[in-house]
Amino acid sequence: MRLVIKGGRIISPGDRIDYVGDILLENSRIKRVSRRPIDIEDALVVRPGGKPGKSSKKADEIVLDAQGLVVAPGFIDIHVHFREPGREDAETIETGMKAAAVGGFTSVMTMPNTYPVNDTQSTTLFILQKAANIGLIHVFPAGAITRGMKGRALAAIGEMAEAGIVAITDDGHCVMDGTIMRRALEYASDFGVRIVSHSEDTTLSAGGVMHEGFVSTRLGLPPIPQQAETVMVYRDISLSGLTGIPIHIAHVSTRESVELIRRAKDAGIKVTAEVTPHHLTLTDEAVDESDYDTSTKVNPPLRTQDDVDALVEGLLDGTIDAIATDHAPHTTTDKEQDYLAAPFGIVGLESAVPVCLDRVCAKRQVPLEILIQKFTTGPADALGLKKGRLAKGDIADITILDPAKDVTIDPAKFYSMGRNCPFGGWSLVGAPVCTITSGQIKTIDGRLV
Amino acid sequence: MRKDLLGIADLTPFEVSMILDLAESTKSISERTVKKVPTLRGRTIVNLFFEPSTRTRLSFEIAQKRLSADTVNFSVSGSSISKGETLVDTAKNLAAMSPSVVVIRHGVAGYPHRLAKLMDASVINAGDGFHEHPTQALLDLMTIREKKGEVKGLKVAILGDIARSRVAGSNILCLTKVGAAVTVMGPSSMLPLHVRRLGVNVAPNLKEAITGKDVVMVLRIQAERDEAPRFPSLREYNRYFGLKMEHLKYLKSDCIIMHAGPLNRGVEIDPEVADGPLSVILDQVANGVAIRMAVLLLLLGGRSIYEVSD
Repeated sequence: MRLVIKGGRIISPGDRIDYVGDILLENSRIKRVSRRPIDIEDALVVRPGGKPGKSSKKADEIVLDAQGLVVAPGFIDIHVHFREPGREDAETIETGMKAAAVGGFTSVMTMPNTYPVNDTQSTTLFILQKAANIGLIHVFPAGAITRGMKGRALAAIGEMAEAGIVAITDDGHCVMDGTIMRRALEYASDFGVRIVSHSEDTTLSAGGVMHEGFVSTRLGLPPIPQQAETVMVYRDISLSGLTGIPIHIAHVSTRESVELIRRAKDAGIKVTAEVTPHHLTLTDEAVDESDYDTSTKVNPPLRTQDDVDALVEGLLDGTIDAIATDHAPHTTTDKEQDYLAAPFGIVGLESAVPVCLDRVCAKRQVPLEILIQKFTTGPADALGLKKGRLAKGDIADITILDPAKDVTIDPAKFYSMGRNCPFGGWSLVGAPVCTITSGQIKTIDGRLV
Repeated sequence: MRKDLLGIADLTPFEVSMILDLAESTKSISERTVKKVPTLRGRTIVNLFFEPSTRTRLSFEIAQKRLSADTVNFSVSGSSISKGETLVDTAKNLAAMSPSVVVIRHGVAGYPHRLAKLMDASVINAGDGFHEHPTQALLDLMTIREKKGEVKGLKVAILGDIARSRVAGSNILCLTKVGAAVTVMGPSSMLPLHVRRLGVNVAPNLKEAITGKDVVMVLRIQAERDEAPRFPSLREYNRYFGLKMEHLKYLKSDCIIMHAGPLNRGVEIDPEVADGPLSVILDQVANGVAIRMAVLLLLLGGRSIYEVSD
């Protein structure tokens, strides 16, 4: 099985590659990346944007015409919620994987807040088995930090590590007890498992549903002060400094958090951070503009323009390592409640790349190679995943982008079961047009192959 | 001779070997039919235990009785001392009763040291907090010396809760003092900060910790101390940090396995290992009496006590 991706602009920040060239994939691995043409004979020719041909899976030799397109290492989303096991009415591992593949992602890390919580080896194995049977993309499960995500006793971190988790997090909940957080950092480090913190002082945020500012005052909704995040970001950075063990801060949303992380990195503390597409592009005004649409209800909440500006600066100067969607599907029934009762969460897998290409790269002048880095080596290195590069012998995961493609976000057409997307109706320029996982074309033009 | 035995920290290597040499003699007393010498007749010894202990308290008491001292045991539950009396008052009251020796175990590091400053009696530390347990380290060293001869240059692994083990605390000090090379291993959540500055190596996992070692010392897991748990479960502890039969292949054939007791069978050590041919756990217990006799003699009798062995 051979596949040549021809004539695209190859951008792989982790390999310091940015040139027009060809990539040869052979038997699911990267064989060669070259400025010079790589030709194979009698191959089936496929072109994203062309008319859908016969199934390319049957062909053994394929040339993928990528002229005018951008070819990057497979995108990685280290923050997704696939609701299986337990809430298959909101998302399954299969629908989540499809949404990821169509959205341009070849690897995802799934959060452990399922029912039951992924705090044991058996749940981890269930997720991995399901994902392996579907096989569209790579699924890396995160385990819980504490049993039942209750913040008291440590989850079976060693046994889950043996089964295949890559990180632990109580995402959605903060481990409020600092000593438990410290012990988790220390214990997990023995098993090569990274720790991801949902940094939120719940004694400050309790009861709130949107960012505390003038908009919340105007709208009369219970507020969450930005300090709920920043005080806990500081604690987590301090614990990393104390123990010397890396920590990753999930969904950073405030200027002050960015500044704390920047200062910590300058001081040599091994902290990494991610930001979501919605925190990079939306503010608390969206709650008002949408007339209390619960698809704007998310935790951490949408902040102010000043925070958005700081997050973009953080992307540019390397303070923020990764863009992650925090893809959080909920049933329409759950989201159609009032603004207080509706659950927090936004689906992001199928809108993230267009939103970032248009509203972060084009509108905020973030160079494309920096954006690609935040979807490849940034998240991979933050969690110690051997992904995000195009080195010879690497598993051949590729994301191909069409920077000129016009798209309109239509949640009704998502492969994800979630419709809770605040970007619905947005017309954007730039989209993923092909996803290749382990050397096989999985999606073309937003459709599964 | 010094007044107290508070820790290994302030002992010289010479004092350590003096205690061990004397313990070889006192050990013979325990092997006689009449296991008693009159050396400490008329001396009063108070065993003051603020923490539960079976082995250590019994060992001290037997040592004292074999030296003919009058012993008073004092466990704290129910006594006035536990009811809010200050350390200074405790010391003054004890001193007023003129004991020759106070053997003390306390949950707080430094308690015996403060007490010793306030009394004329000799104070023996039988374990203070996470700090020191000097007679344990001495009896461990005696056991190693019995089995291995020369201790200098031996490779010793200490496994488990290094941060909160006074056994580890005293053993690290004692073994490095006499020239053994010490490696520690445990979950990172159980290693104290800057542990390397104690002069030990830190092994990344159990296999590396025990490979090629002459002595493997297993610490008791104190699950009951967990205010904030340092590992997920006893089962998981055993799985990744417990010494099991499958590890024996990494050990030198003449390696000895030690444990200060009481054992958590199937947690930090599997029964087959604890009861196996490499285990010297019961030798440690036997040597405990000898070491405590030697310490009592040295503190109370000075050098003249060498005569007792005759």
